[in-house]
Amino acid sequence: MSDFPRWKYALVALVMLFGVIYALPNAFKPLSAVQVTANRDAPPIDASVQQKATAALAAQHITVGEVSVQGDHLLATFANTDVQKSGADAIKAALGDGYTVAFKLQSTVPGWLTAIGARAMPLGLDLQGGVHFLMQVDENDVIDKQENSYADDIRGLLRDKNIRYESVARNTVRGQGIAVILRSADDRTKASDAIANEYTDLLVADGPSTGDRFVLNATVKPDKLRELSRNTITQNLGTLRNRINALGVSEPLIQQQGDSRIVVELAGVQDPAEAKKLIGATATLQYRAGIGYAGDQAAQDAARTGNIPPDANLYYMRGSHQPVLVSKQIIVTGNELVDAVSGTDTQSGTPMVSVTLNATGAKKMGDFTNANIQKPMAVVYVERVTETKMVDGKEVRTPKITESVINDATIQGAFSKQFQTTGLGSQKEASDLALLLKGGALAAPVDIVEERVIGASLGQDNIDQGFKAVLLGLALVLLAAAIYYKLFGLVADIALFFNLVILLAVMSLIGVTLTMPGVAGIVLTLGMAIDANVLICERVREELRNGSTPHASIRAGYEKAWSTILDANVTHLIAALALTTMGTGAIKGFGVTLMIGILTSLFTSVTLTHAFTALIHGHRKLKTLSV
Amino acid sequence: MEIFNHDSNIPFLGMRKYSIAIALALMIASIVLIATKGLNYGLDFTGGVSMVVDYDQSVQIADVRDALAKGGLDHAVVQTLGGTREVSIRMQPKDDPGAVAADGKVNLDRIAADVTKMLQAARPDAKLKSRDYVGSEVGSELRSDGTVAAVFVILGIMAYLWIRFERRFAIAAVATEIHDVLVTLGILALVQREFDMTVLASVLAVIGYSINDKVVVFDRIRELFRLARKAEPEEILNRSINNTLSRTIITSLFTAITMGALYFFGGPAVHGFAITMLIGIVVGTLSSIFVASPILLWLGVSKKDLMPVTKENPELARRP
Repeated sequence: MSDFPRWKYALVALVMLFGVIYALPNAFKPLSAVQVTANRDAPPIDASVQQKATAALAAQHITVGEVSVQGDHLLATFANTDVQKSGADAIKAALGDGYTVAFKLQSTVPGWLTAIGARAMPLGLDLQGGVHFLMQVDENDVIDKQENSYADDIRGLLRDKNIRYESVARNTVRGQGIAVILRSADDRTKASDAIANEYTDLLVADGPSTGDRFVLNATVKPDKLRELSRNTITQNLGTLRNRINALGVSEPLIQQQGDSRIVVELAGVQDPAEAKKLIGATATLQYRAGIGYAGDQAAQDAARTGNIPPDANLYYMRGSHQPVLVSKQIIVTGNELVDAVSGTDTQSGTPMVSVTLNATGAKKMGDFTNANIQKPMAVVYVERVTETKMVDGKEVRTPKITESVINDATIQGAFSKQFQTTGLGSQKEASDLALLLKGGALAAPVDIVEERVIGASLGQDNIDQGFKAVLLGLALVLLAAAIYYKLFGLVADIALFFNLVILLAVMSLIGVTLTMPGVAGIVLTLGMAIDANVLICERVREELRNGSTPHASIRAGYEKAWSTILDANVTHLIAALALTTMGTGAIKGFGVTLMIGILTSLFTSVTLTHAFTALIHGHRKLKTLSV
Repeated sequence: MEIFNHDSNIPFLGMRKYSIAIALALMIASIVLIATKGLNYGLDFTGGVSMVVDYDQSVQIADVRDALAKGGLDHAVVQTLGGTREVSIRMQPKDDPGAVAADGKVNLDRIAADVTKMLQAARPDAKLKSRDYVGSEVGSELRSDGTVAAVFVILGIMAYLWIRFERRFAIAAVATEIHDVLVTLGILALVQREFDMTVLASVLAVIGYSINDKVVVFDRIRELFRLARKAEPEEILNRSINNTLSRTIITSLFTAITMGALYFFGGPAVHGFAITMLIGIVVGTLSSIFVASPILLWLGVSKKDLMPVTKENPELARRP
């Protein structure tokens, strides 16, 4: 009697199993934990650090779940966020400045679940507390720097080519390019050709000429500007990532939003001051004459004894932390760097970074390298963070400067405007270096345009209330459907329950961040998913009234309702899709949830209920249907 | 169990003059309301500073306002957030001149510290739970993004219905959609409910919900037209509405139940969302019954227009 194929039963069973397994991790509540990582100059995390931390916690009678060394970090788990906070304070005090102590949510999902890729949905800031920044990159600054640099270059070029000019200056309106004023039409043609040949990124056009003033306009091509602003965002993202990693937040979200914005979300952080300080840090570069190489004997000795030659500074390499001696003589600074691009060296095929300097930088570099072939040169990265403290009711600002060497190399030949740094370990190292070079030189300042601080207790309230709303919404609809459609209602109830389970499973698998609007989306999905079952049940009732047999009614009910369900869901899907295109996080989360919900509900409301209906009614002779 | 008489034959189309007149009047009233009273845009749109403050014991809004006024913040907007212990405070950064730097940069921490100090002077149990700062530029962008998304939804739905059904259905659906969105916004403007990001999401979801409703009725209209030997449009439309009436109302009820649960138990973060959705469900349901079909009739839908699509349902096409 049943016209429901076997493979569909199997499919339904498989999908139900999939849903249960992949939704399961969400049932394991993560533990409040504190994560300790070693800073670059501190000894690595080992058993002694573990003992220190445990002793500190015991001394202050703080109950700790477990203190363990996991790879390069130490993890201590606590019963709740209050204990976690006092625990973190105790550990921080015991270990001192050499270690970064950060809050973390430690997953308690069993290993066999994580092994098959099942994981809990990450919680949005509104559900666990934290800080959120939206930053806007100052693109005007990028244009300013470019136009200033081109103006310098054009002056140098005209001088080199012996073309006499009256002035080379930026137009008053930003982005309108550089006005070159020459003394004759002949000079203007020559200048125009020279500039067009030398700088392919510039558009050159004759301007109005009055008397003996012949104007030539050079503007940066729009393509180049777009590329620049794209690069600026990438650089800023890179720089921010580096700096925020230093904060020790376990899973920071640093993401581009739109063309010129960056979102930073730091879960668990309650005091945004520290984060803001890092975000507002300025960095610069110095190309300096080298004295030795990283980790050589002289540097090792200097690091051990503290006897540093008077004309040198002792720095550490970024990454490897090896000591290196660098001369105090600065060749060029980041302000003179125009561009740094990573690529592959055409001769040796190894990764390299190609650096371009502006005219003044090129001259200084040329003079220096001419005289110092086969000698070392180092790149020092200087980061400046301003700390604001309140002393006697007054704000006192103290700059804190950290310096590290990001690259040391041997000068292979004289160079000036453009040169390459080769011998880098990998393509990644090359692109990291290029990013750092640009980060220290070009990165445009960022402004915070949106800032949200969500208290941890608010997050917990939201979780509790959201959970309650989902459960109650579900329970009420389950009850209403069972009363109104009896047996068919109960089948729809099973489907609705599994819709929730599968929806959670898919969201967890994709890694959708759960937020309050997402919870609203889940509740709305529950309300609307039942619609397909209402359509089917109403159809079945209609068929019964028209005198069809129960089995025929079921078949016709599903068949006829299908085209309606499809049309209704596709139009609804279009609406959900539009929500996901909105750039803003909250609405996007809602839209994504709604979209997944519509798709899962199509399966559960139609295929899953059909399977159950067929299973219940399929092999029996029926006189009536409970619908 | 059945609430609705399945043989019902309420002459919905017979009242079309009145129903359309009422719909038009509601739309005009909504436009007037939105234009005059305006939407009560929240922080997400206007930019500014917003804080949530929690008290250990219940607190009077007036007391919070007084405490802030004493500190010099007379323009702050204070509202309760469900319950009597939690209040939200909204203000513009310029109200606290000490916190705005010469270059226009806003020091949110300073504002938060100032406000906490003022509140704790009056009530030591005041605790700051969250604080937000949104730049005004971000807000105005959100508004245009929202409009673009709404237009995108409406055009997308129109295109789909045009292909799957027919031109008149697409136009009728979109006209009714615009009615639903306008009336929902009009009601929000009337009650001056705060219009924030989640409410915007909700308004867009209302479009999705209400189109769902219309499509179900349209589907029945198409089916009945194809089945009927002698198709008198008015009668077919009326029968379609009556046939689907039970489903329309039951689905609305079910969805309303979940939104009610969200409203009463979901907490202040989703209040706006739930209430907007509830308004949208009522408006959308009524317009599915009273507005969409009269427009369809007025556009002159007929059996002929729906027949050529035989490929989709060969069984129906075989029938006489």
